[in-house]
Amino acid sequence: MSTPVQRPARVGVIPGPSRRSRWWLEVGWKYPLAALIIFYAVFPLVYVVSAAFNPRGSLAGNSVLFSSLGLDNFAALGETRYWAWMGNTLLVSVITVVGTVVMGAAAAYAFSRFRFTGRRLSLSSLLIVQMFPQTVAFIAIFLLLLALGGVVPALGIDSRIALICVYLGGALGANTFLMFGFFNSVPKEIDESAKIDGASHAQIFWRIIMPLVTPVLAVVGLLAFIGSFGDFILARLVLVSEENWTLAVGMFGWVSNQLTSRWGLFTAGAVIAAFPVLVLFLMLQRYVVSGLTSGAVKG
Amino acid sequence: MTVQNARQQDRRTRVEPAAGGDGPTGSHSRRWHGPGWGFLVKLGLMAVVNAFGIALIISAYRAESWLIFGIAIALLVLVDIVYFAKRALPLKYLVPGLLFLFVFQVFALGYTAYIAFTNYGSGHAGTMEQAVEATLIQGERRVEDSPTYPLSVVRDFAGALGFAVNEDGEVLVGTETEPLGPAGGAEVAGNGAPEEVPGWTIVPRAEVLSDPALQEEVLSLRVPVSDDPNDGSIRTREGTTGGIYESTLQWDPEAQTITDTQSGTVYSASDRGNFVAEDGTRLPTGWYVPVGFDNFVRAFTDDALAAPLLQVTVWTFAFAGLTVLLSFGLGLLLAIVYNDPRVRARRLIRMLFILPYAFPAFMSALLWRGMFNAEFGIINDLFFFGADINWLGDPWLARFALLWMNLWLTYPYWFLVCTGALQSLPSDAIEAATIDGAGRWRRFRSIMLPLLLVSTAPLAIANFAFSFNNFTIVYMLTDGGPAFRGDSSGLGATDILITAIYQISGVSGGAADYGLASALSIIVFIVIGLISALAFRRTRKLEEIY
Repeated sequence: MSTPVQRPARVGVIPGPSRRSRWWLEVGWKYPLAALIIFYAVFPLVYVVSAAFNPRGSLAGNSVLFSSLGLDNFAALGETRYWAWMGNTLLVSVITVVGTVVMGAAAAYAFSRFRFTGRRLSLSSLLIVQMFPQTVAFIAIFLLLLALGGVVPALGIDSRIALICVYLGGALGANTFLMFGFFNSVPKEIDESAKIDGASHAQIFWRIIMPLVTPVLAVVGLLAFIGSFGDFILARLVLVSEENWTLAVGMFGWVSNQLTSRWGLFTAGAVIAAFPVLVLFLMLQRYVVSGLTSGAVKG
Repeated sequence: MTVQNARQQDRRTRVEPAAGGDGPTGSHSRRWHGPGWGFLVKLGLMAVVNAFGIALIISAYRAESWLIFGIAIALLVLVDIVYFAKRALPLKYLVPGLLFLFVFQVFALGYTAYIAFTNYGSGHAGTMEQAVEATLIQGERRVEDSPTYPLSVVRDFAGALGFAVNEDGEVLVGTETEPLGPAGGAEVAGNGAPEEVPGWTIVPRAEVLSDPALQEEVLSLRVPVSDDPNDGSIRTREGTTGGIYESTLQWDPEAQTITDTQSGTVYSASDRGNFVAEDGTRLPTGWYVPVGFDNFVRAFTDDALAAPLLQVTVWTFAFAGLTVLLSFGLGLLLAIVYNDPRVRARRLIRMLFILPYAFPAFMSALLWRGMFNAEFGIINDLFFFGADINWLGDPWLARFALLWMNLWLTYPYWFLVCTGALQSLPSDAIEAATIDGAGRWRRFRSIMLPLLLVSTAPLAIANFAFSFNNFTIVYMLTDGGPAFRGDSSGLGATDILITAIYQISGVSGGAADYGLASALSIIVFIVIGLISALAFRRTRKLEEIY
């Protein structure tokens, strides 16, 4: 750093010898820093892949990355309930996503396109209600499901349908606002012209609006999927018997009970389960960013 | 509007074809596409909804659960009105979401507030009626020198176990929920046990003997003799003969007392939800009653509880605040540093940066739990040369580990948000500052940061509220531990309020105290409410709606 550095407003004015050190000062140092951050970000993920392919399958002896390779852990998953849990998780998450997207979009459509008494009031109450997370009310949900289960077992404790219903309770709320903003950005003239052509409100909603707002539907769907996929407290509360568990409940059981001996199972299961989510996320990344920022950044 | 009205008119005539409407041809409205398929779909969906609704109403009636019965009827009527009336157009789109919202969120929030003012929990888990019944059942003993009756194990049409008893030639049958009643047309075998009971399936004795689970069920089954719990029940010890069990406790509904017929002690109902004798002894099963602000008072004054709860509260704020500060800081820094067109492979770098965000959070927490393991964890082995640092066993190290992991999980979110916000910053303002001679720091401090904060402050508040209640990662990484030394609260150094509530509520096992846990939930709600109010004022989001 002995070379004197000037700080010009524009790039590339200073010629000759100091250019290289200037490059280091302005740009070059960003690469080592990136390497450091990437190490922080990626190391645990590399480690989980390494442990998943390590045939020893225990926490001990995993400290040298990729010291040995084998598919034993993945094969061993077949002897556990892993695939049943995976099925439950997908079932619950997919239904939740569909319900959330449809109900949230319908509500956003109503708020965006109709003017009715109580619209302002309901929008503001929705905004307030969604501030209070469902998870904090878990005791009441537990007791509510106990009572409902006494009447209809399919809506009680240990029912996946009940869990879906609980998740759908949070379907309006934040999602409606995300969509509301997006719906408002679709020009009203489009649905007015369709109305003149004789389209009903339902046809306008399904055939005109929904195709135009696909990006925000994707974002809401992804957020709902991640939410229900990763939820632990409600799933743990509702699903009692092992064959009904979701991945979060089941894999927590593996790690909390016998962390060292079931490490191979956990890592292999994590790799399988995380892979689709990772791919989905990276594919929809552009939408997610716009969704995250348009929800509040623009506001 | 006229088109819409005409179309709805058209629908109305089709809803009631029996009422004399001449069908779809009566309308003059033009169709947009095809023949009202949408209406048929709606009709089909409504049929399904009504079928489920009516089924729910019937089973609520059977279970004598009047609250659910009433709510179910009201909701079903509401749904039918909304979807078959021509008014209430917006409601057609709002009702499904609102329904779930009301039952599973709004009601749950209100119910939490109610429970917070009761002593609901272990020993106070039901109504007074249920408590009386449970108490009498606990006090049931075989009546000495009472006759035994030949008996068969039966199942009703729904598969519920019951007993068929031969009482001196008359066969009586009943289940756990249905008291004994005469069974017409039953036949009795040579040994006196009922052999055939119309409407019931006899469970063969061999099956009872060979299936241990069934055996257990049969031995614990009690069939009440009548509706009055004082009359006792029929039970069996071996599955072939039954005897009458009567409670040594006698319930007097007039005086609201339970009398122990053997010792003569009288237990009377107290306003705390217990049956208490004059010398102060209590029967174990009570019922829940309103207790006013007792739970809140306990949370602040109970010696065993107040100190750990205070620590937990402080840590909750510290955890949420530090999470937002650290991850916002790191994310913003990285966003600024790598929002530079001269850096190559920026797309790749960005993708690698946000990978932790794409990995499911609960798995991350479990993964770090293994990595931080003192004995075999890779962090000790690789970065500390095999030292035995007890990351998750020491209070401060565990807190550090939790923050370290949460930073890993959260900074990519801020990196994404800040990158997006940076790119939408007005470049003219920055250029103008540059021309005015503002240095890099000045530009950042006076132009970029204020502009960024305008757009990201609401997200920071939301992030704070989320971390404040981030049950999953705390529970999965440390389980709230390591436990505070020398207290019985069961709470630990990394517990945040929500995990403490979970621990106290006992829904996962152990002694339950729903009342106290709900009271703490209310406190959390109040905190979140204050934070949200702050968010409102900052963003003035409400104005945007109007």
